[in-house]
Amino acid sequence: MSTPTLEKSAASAESEAPAHLITVTFRVRRFNPEISDQATWQDFQLEIDPKERVLDGLHKIKWDHDGTLTFRRSCAHGICGSDAMRINGKNRLACKTLIKDINPSKPITVEPIKGLTVLKDLVVDMEPFFQAYRDVMPFLITKGNEPTRERLQSAEDRERFDDTTKCILCAACTSSCPVFWNDGQYFGPAAIVNAHRFIFDSRDEAGEQRLEILNDKDGVWRCRTTFNCTDACPRGIEVTKAIQEVKRALITRRF
Amino acid sequence: MSAETTTPATDNVSLYDVDNPAPVIEPPRARTKKTPKSTRTNFELYGWLFMRLSGVVLVVLVLGHLLIQLVLDGGVSKIGFAFVAGRWASPFWQAWDLIMLWLAMLHGANGLRTVINDYAERPKTRFWLKNLLYAATVFTVLLGTLVIFTFDPNIR
Ligand code: HEM
Ligand code: SF4
Ligand code: FES
Repeated sequence: MSTPTLEKSAASAESEAPAHLITVTFRVRRFNPEISDQATWQDFQLEIDPKERVLDGLHKIKWDHDGTLTFRRSCAHGICGSDAMRINGKNRLACKTLIKDINPSKPITVEPIKGLTVLKDLVVDMEPFFQAYRDVMPFLITKGNEPTRERLQSAEDRERFDDTTKCILCAACTSSCPVFWNDGQYFGPAAIVNAHRFIFDSRDEAGEQRLEILNDKDGVWRCRTTFNCTDACPRGIEVTKAIQEVKRALITRRF
Repeated sequence: MSAETTTPATDNVSLYDVDNPAPVIEPPRARTKKTPKSTRTNFELYGWLFMRLSGVVLVVLVLGHLLIQLVLDGGVSKIGFAFVAGRWASPFWQAWDLIMLWLAMLHGANGLRTVINDYAERPKTRFWLKNLLYAATVFTVLLGTLVIFTFDPNIR
């Protein structure tokens, strides 16, 4: 009894796959500068539970089919921001995207995020992205002596910038922005979100400086209210709204 | 089961290897530690505000203009020298057209400046496209203003 079963699972896994598995095609954008200067699409057929995530599919490919597939991930639970990628043409976190939610009857395309240099397969050079982040001084700046206790803040003051504290710097927003695709000098939504987080923090004293930085020619005024960033954010941050709030602060400061 | 390539990944296998990788493709104008240079002006702020304020005024001016020129009173067929002369006899329509000319031209020019900033990748391309844009704008605004102020209905 046991011998045929063993043989079966080895020989015809395809037809005898457990009922909850479905066959999904992963169409992955591959680039390896050590082989070719061209990026190409490669298809992988997987038997996978549709309730699993795109990241699980990528793991399956890397572990069982093609170990050269290169992508970033750390936490696998939507916290570290490592695995933003373009899935079926939309920027998402592979670890937060369930296969059943993105029409697995058609091939699922997986590409690196746009507007940043592709280093290998799904890995891009994040340096310009983090440079823009550094340029808005994303840290608490205060004057005078350090207090001996915590810097207290009312619940309302905390609420003012609550939304923008949720950012995990995945770059899904910035790399979905058409202005950023064409002009990498633009700060991009993520940098503005993280500036917003301190500009509207009652404990911080360098809001003016950050507003001045974002008032410049590659700052908030390059935003064209496309809303791609808000659609892309895996944390559900209202990115466009945050950018508009910075614009409003700049205008009300001037007039 | 796997590894079904749409295009062979081994096209240039002889050209590139581990010691001699293909050049990576940089996105246009990537941010670095030194760029962008700060200008510390409010130019973009005023530009942004101008687009919105002029837009509001243009809704009235342009829609009114289109209505008068193309819809009311027989549509386009009525437009001729006499029609223009008749309207520009009144300072009200002169002012209307003058304001519309300036606002639409500056609004459109600033809009196109944004488009050039967005899409022209090389600094030289941007420079020349913008100069062409500014020249065309100045020419059209000056010519239009000149005509509105010096229009002579008795010309022959
Ligand atoms: C009818 C009333 C109009 C309104 C309310 C209006 C409003 C606006 C606004 C708010 C913007 C800025 C968009 C942004 O920053 O994302 C804009 C952009 C622009 N406008 Fe207008 N506008 C009007 C008429 C015109 C006219 C008559 C012209 C042509 C002369 C024009 C040409 C442009 C161009 C080229 C842009 C830049 C396009 C872009 O940013 O993608 N507009 N308009
Ligand atoms: S705002 Fe959202 S999409 Fe943008 S970097 Fe932060 S978490 Fe990612
Ligand atoms: S792996 Fe950490 S956010 Fe997806």
